[in-house]
Amino acid sequence: MTAPVLVVDGLSARIAGQQVVEEVSFEVAATGVTALLGRNGVGKTSTIRALLGLIERAGRVELAGERIDQLPTHRIVQRGVGYVPEDREVFAGLTVAENLRLAERGADATGRDLVAELFPELVQRAGQSAGSLSGGQQQMVSIARALVNRNVVLLIDEPTKGLAPLIVQDVAAALARAAATVPILLVEQNLQVVRQLADTVVVLESGRVVHRGPAAGLLDDDALTTRLLGVHTERETEDGR
Amino acid sequence: MSAPATRIRRLTGAAWFPFALMVVFAGVAAVLPLLAIDIPGVLPGPSYLPGTLQLLALCLVFSALALSYHLLFGTAGMLSFGHALYFAVGAYGVGILLQRTELPLAAAIATTVALATVVALALGAVSLRVAGISFAMVTLAFAQAGSVLVRRNAWITGGEEGLRLDTDNVPDFLVGVLNTRNVYWLALAVLVLVFLVVIWFERSRAGHVAVATRENETRVRVLGIRPFTIKLMTFVIASALAALSGTIYFVLQSGTTPRATSADLTLSLLVIVVLGGVGARWGAIVGAFAYTLLDQRLTALASSDAVAALPDVLRIPLSEPLFLLGTLFILVVLFLPGGIAGTVRRAATGRRTSRDARERLEEAER
Amino acid sequence: MSTVVLLAVTGLGLGALYFLVASGLSLIYGLMGVLNFAHGSFLTLGAFAGFELTRRLGGDSWPAFVASLVLGAAVGAVAAALTELLLIRRLYERHIEQVLVTVGLSLATVALFEGIWGSDPSYVTAPAWLGETTQLLGARIPNDRFVLIGAAALVLLGIVAFLRFTRFGLIIRAGVENRAMVTALGIDVRRAFTVVFAIGGTAAGLGGVLASHYFGYVSPHLGGSLLIFAFIVTVIGGLGSLAGAAIASVAVGVLQQFANFYWGVGDLVVVLLLAGVLLLRPAGILGKKKVQA
Repeated sequence: MTAPVLVVDGLSARIAGQQVVEEVSFEVAATGVTALLGRNGVGKTSTIRALLGLIERAGRVELAGERIDQLPTHRIVQRGVGYVPEDREVFAGLTVAENLRLAERGADATGRDLVAELFPELVQRAGQSAGSLSGGQQQMVSIARALVNRNVVLLIDEPTKGLAPLIVQDVAAALARAAATVPILLVEQNLQVVRQLADTVVVLESGRVVHRGPAAGLLDDDALTTRLLGVHTERETEDGR
Repeated sequence: MSAPATRIRRLTGAAWFPFALMVVFAGVAAVLPLLAIDIPGVLPGPSYLPGTLQLLALCLVFSALALSYHLLFGTAGMLSFGHALYFAVGAYGVGILLQRTELPLAAAIATTVALATVVALALGAVSLRVAGISFAMVTLAFAQAGSVLVRRNAWITGGEEGLRLDTDNVPDFLVGVLNTRNVYWLALAVLVLVFLVVIWFERSRAGHVAVATRENETRVRVLGIRPFTIKLMTFVIASALAALSGTIYFVLQSGTTPRATSADLTLSLLVIVVLGGVGARWGAIVGAFAYTLLDQRLTALASSDAVAALPDVLRIPLSEPLFLLGTLFILVVLFLPGGIAGTVRRAATGRRTSRDARERLEEAER
Repeated sequence: MSTVVLLAVTGLGLGALYFLVASGLSLIYGLMGVLNFAHGSFLTLGAFAGFELTRRLGGDSWPAFVASLVLGAAVGAVAAALTELLLIRRLYERHIEQVLVTVGLSLATVALFEGIWGSDPSYVTAPAWLGETTQLLGARIPNDRFVLIGAAALVLLGIVAFLRFTRFGLIIRAGVENRAMVTALGIDVRRAFTVVFAIGGTAAGLGGVLASHYFGYVSPHLGGSLLIFAFIVTVIGGLGSLAGAAIASVAVGVLQQFANFYWGVGDLVVVLLLAGVLLLRPAGILGKKKVQA
């Protein structure tokens, strides 16, 4: 097995002076999908944002063997980190095309055809303002902004949150396509999607890693899943936010 | 951390410590008019001379004003650019009452402070519809309107000429150059009063909520407290204290000019508080002394023959005290985020506090 | 009728002046969250640069007038870009301290201008046509108003085109919405900061030269007095909204002229308008509630 693409060692993060991630250590494999799981509010989103330097952080983070924990956000991203934030964060006042154009990183932008193929809807709506799209379409824009570039790793935060079941399948299929060429760190509440995509899982509790292992090992063990995630594998509760 | 540093922190952290410090400060300040202390370069002459006392009393008045601003900005995190308005209400209010009514000085001061409270309540309620930078701009706009009113209504304010003190109803012991030391003691008493009110408020439940609101407004809201009420309360108290300082300023200066209403005064206040150290009570007082003395000395320097003889490149900047103060201010913000108080505390305790000061500043924004 | 037309056009001219200041303030605030107190100094510096140039070239010629406009705009741009690079950037993301630095800069520069040019007005000369009037619907309108209105309209169009058609414009528009997400797309948003400062400085510098013709003189406090109204305009229009700033500039300028003429209380009416807007719409006419994590 090749070396992990992302090594996180003792990562801590603070928001407004409060510790939200505490000494988290895990790895993201060089291929496939690593899912970051845990109950609501355990710091999954904060972990991803800390990796990107979007919030105040300390600890060691290596991307493909090189430290990135001292770099500003834009430099980290320029090294080939694609990011799909929680709540999509599309630029509502910009058109779909402008959202994508903004995301293109020069020579890295080799994914235009892939995006057009995965999300034909976005091509049709290129001139429309992103704010006028449905939630599902906005999520496609957000994912497309990451896939339009050639990346070393993708950080994807709750891509199916608040989406209709049919759209969830579209998004999952798109992510499966992406995962064939680039490793992904995925935060996801929907355990069916996790089961479908993830090879490895990392479980956080109160900002710390409490479980690491193959995805199947966790998801097939109902008792363990209930204990760690507070949900049953069959039906997971919808995030109320 | 070393043992002496710990001891210093334990001492300065005690609840009674600020009072003890104030007693020492007020004690020393109170006997100055009876002594002949001269600090060449800092004071214009020995401390018993009316000229020196006048300047020191001005330092005291600005200390009181700066403390009221500290309450607003340092404690509650409200960046106002219109605090001068309330100072001006104090100065002009007492001046007009003394001129137009038969009220004795004490009653005129009390009435003026009450009036300022009402004005602050009304304008504060409107300004607090917004927060952060918008709040700063709106308070600036109101203060500017006040400034325009003063300049336009010369029939009552004296317009650009300013307003003179009508001494008919002022007690004799406060009138005249020879009685400067009595006015000086009055200013000292007012500073002590303002200091006590500020400490009382900061230690009250309302004060704790004000601090909590600065740090995290959402959390306070969750507790079922309306941040608006607490902010308005802080705003009104700070404004009333500023007005009180304004009344004493008027007596001390035997009048006022429209400069008391200008945005420049608020900006000077901001310079004082940041220079002294945001969030530090003593910082406000130290800052006020440093600023007032510096302003006075730099003005003296500007008109000196030595400066006049310099070539233009040096003469022009050196002959503008505000240029030097503005530059100093920029340097303090860039390189000494904790101001004088932060630097002293860092030196005394060996602890890095610039970070605290920085966080305080950021909190003020939200 | 002719009075109404005169007041309307003059108010529009004043509004144009406000817009030249407010556009930069609004863009800078929108993208960076910085309230730029030194913006008035960019304007004053531009005005003095124009004044010095026309004094040397002879102010009544058209080429000198045009050159003074160009020089004023350039000086404003350079001063603003340097301010961002040397002072603001060092305090990245620390907004209150950034405001404080601009406060210090405005104090220091106004004092410096007083040292160099004195606190008395420096009277400017202009091509004779600017001082003449043109008949419009029965009103005799001073020609400099038309120049002002035209210049502000051009600046508005120029900024809109820049925002719409350039990559920097795209970054700025996106950054006003969500600056963190722009950096999370791999873009160094700080480079756009220098650009918005330069744009704001250009408009302010140009506005300075035009203001000196509108009032007939330059003084060290020229920028500061306009800045306060520009602040009011940006709050009324909605912080960060260029269109809001344009609408509010015109509204405030015209209202002020009418209130001044009929009741002599233009400045106060503007503050009342501000209070009214805050009570009804705290976020301003076109402002959105700022969403920040």
